[in-house]
Amino acid sequence: MIEQLPVLVIVIPLMAAPLFILIGNRKLVLLLTQLVCWTVFGIAVTLLSRMQDGPISYELGGWPSPYGIVYTVDYLSSFVMLFVSGLGAIVITYAPQSIKKEVHQSKHTLFYASYLLCMTGLLGMCITGDLFNVFVFLEISSLSSYALISLGKTRRAPLAALHYLIIGTVGATFFLIGIGLLYQMTGTLNMADIAARIQPIDHSRTLLVAFAFMTVGLFIKMAVFPLHTWLPNAYTYAPSVVTCFIAATATKVSVYAFIRLIYVIFTPQFAFERLPLDQALMAFSLVGIFVASAAAIYQTNIKRLLAYSSVAQIGYMLLGISMSNVGGLTAGITHMFNHALIKGGLFMVVGCFALRIGSVKLDDLRGAGKTMPLTSFAWVVGGLGLIGLPMTAGFVSKWLLLTSALSLGLWPVAVLMLLSSLLAVVYIWRVVEILYFSPPSHLAQSAKEAPMAMLIPTYVVIGSTIVFGCWTVYSAGIAHAAAQSLLGISQAGGVQ
Amino acid sequence: MTEFLGLYNYWIVIFLMMTGFYIVIARENLIKTIIGLNIFQTSVFLLYITMGKVTGGTAPILKGSHGGESHGGETHGAENHGAEHGQELIAAAEGHLDSGVDAVVGVYSNPIPSVLMLTAIVVGIATTALALALVVRIREEYGTIEEDEILEMDRNS
Repeated sequence: MIEQLPVLVIVIPLMAAPLFILIGNRKLVLLLTQLVCWTVFGIAVTLLSRMQDGPISYELGGWPSPYGIVYTVDYLSSFVMLFVSGLGAIVITYAPQSIKKEVHQSKHTLFYASYLLCMTGLLGMCITGDLFNVFVFLEISSLSSYALISLGKTRRAPLAALHYLIIGTVGATFFLIGIGLLYQMTGTLNMADIAARIQPIDHSRTLLVAFAFMTVGLFIKMAVFPLHTWLPNAYTYAPSVVTCFIAATATKVSVYAFIRLIYVIFTPQFAFERLPLDQALMAFSLVGIFVASAAAIYQTNIKRLLAYSSVAQIGYMLLGISMSNVGGLTAGITHMFNHALIKGGLFMVVGCFALRIGSVKLDDLRGAGKTMPLTSFAWVVGGLGLIGLPMTAGFVSKWLLLTSALSLGLWPVAVLMLLSSLLAVVYIWRVVEILYFSPPSHLAQSAKEAPMAMLIPTYVVIGSTIVFGCWTVYSAGIAHAAAQSLLGISQAGGVQ
Repeated sequence: MTEFLGLYNYWIVIFLMMTGFYIVIARENLIKTIIGLNIFQTSVFLLYITMGKVTGGTAPILKGSHGGESHGGETHGAENHGAEHGQELIAAAEGHLDSGVDAVVGVYSNPIPSVLMLTAIVVGIATTALALALVVRIREEYGTIEEDEILEMDRNS
């Protein structure tokens, strides 16, 4: 049983989804979905706790490694799976009341099934060691997230979903073209096998083209500035619960796939020395951080504000990856985790406002600090994390990034990072001011505090940003181990 | 020049890819955009299938145990498709021999790209179905499928 765990992470939610549509009973399906999500989270915890004994390799159907599909569980993949499944579980625990208000009743079972499929896809992208499998899981998660986004109440939701679908499909197809060219050159789809065969043909033009296609495809999925245009609308018009889950996990899993692409399949030497990808990444991330943060300041819709902030935060992760040393990579991976918690938590706060006030426009939230004190306080705590104040999770990753930048002598990058944090102060403070120091709007005046069933999960996530701000053994510690093993693998590849 | 024209199948792929991509970018009509997306995806199917095809090759069917002959046939068939390609096929053929497959009928095309494309076709159908469903909903809400008109309506509301 225990050695089957890597495949159960995928099989359980994948099988559950169609089964739940057949069951069709809303309440039962909700309970079962929560059960499945927590089970998957339990498996992810177990897998991570077994990492001290070295990475696990699971051969599907008993087919040996380069021929069959392999699932690889190492520090990095189990860490990403942990927070994807963890946030998936906690968001679905928080979800029922919000879904009841924002999604039509007839769609509930379909909603839960799509939610599980989306989670399956994201977990699958983490665990699989087969490149074509990554594409398939990418499409599973993307297709279900298009469907989830289109369930939003406003009429703009289907349009936002369709835009995301078109751009997302172009991105995924780019990724597929890249896989095809790589397969043409190496004759294998197994990531470790490709990595071993890639060295002698390092200088081939086909390889460059493959790398370019895959990078751009993943950039679209990550919403790297300037390929982020799908993200603000998708996050804004999706139901609150969907935004919580997708904002917290989807883009990070693409960042994870990108890390695998650079550090496991192609080597950092290929990406950063033969190609100037590190400077390009740095430029894209810094411009993205500033433009998106500045755009966030001017938003009048709190969901859109957070969406632009997400685009900016992806920049910090890429900045860490572009440094290509253990420090920078640790910072990037830690920020994936921390930002998943912070952004998940903040969107959960927004979900509480949406439930009680019925609007996410800043004008309607005026004065909500008086009628919804607990929810508003959660915003303040989560916001401090986003800014990166000491004792919060955001501080840990930004500190790691800063020290890493300084150790490489990248003074301008360090200065720009600090400046960009000031922009975050502006957009977070703008909301705080509206919540606490404005005369209440009539919607906020009549609002009640959010129900405990939603507040408790929100506070668990928001509270954990404080916990992981003070105690970093299980966030930065694991990220450090993951970064070391990634760079270790690529060094071993260089010796060959 | 012959090398240039000899790879005509890749030129077809590139032509279709760019056509599809252009339609996706340039068209305002949502249905046309989806058609463009389909052409774009189809070009990738062709790319995969063309790289797996060996001239004169058939499906890889197991037959008895005379491994040596088939190996020779492999190299010969692959020459038609450029050196890189041949190497890859030899590697694939050797892989088969190592893993205990005795022999395969004469020259055969690599079946894996075709198999991969079956999956990609399924993904493509799912994407198109979802996109069309979304367009139906957009039409119900706005009464039009012209993107500029929809954006205009959103701006005014």
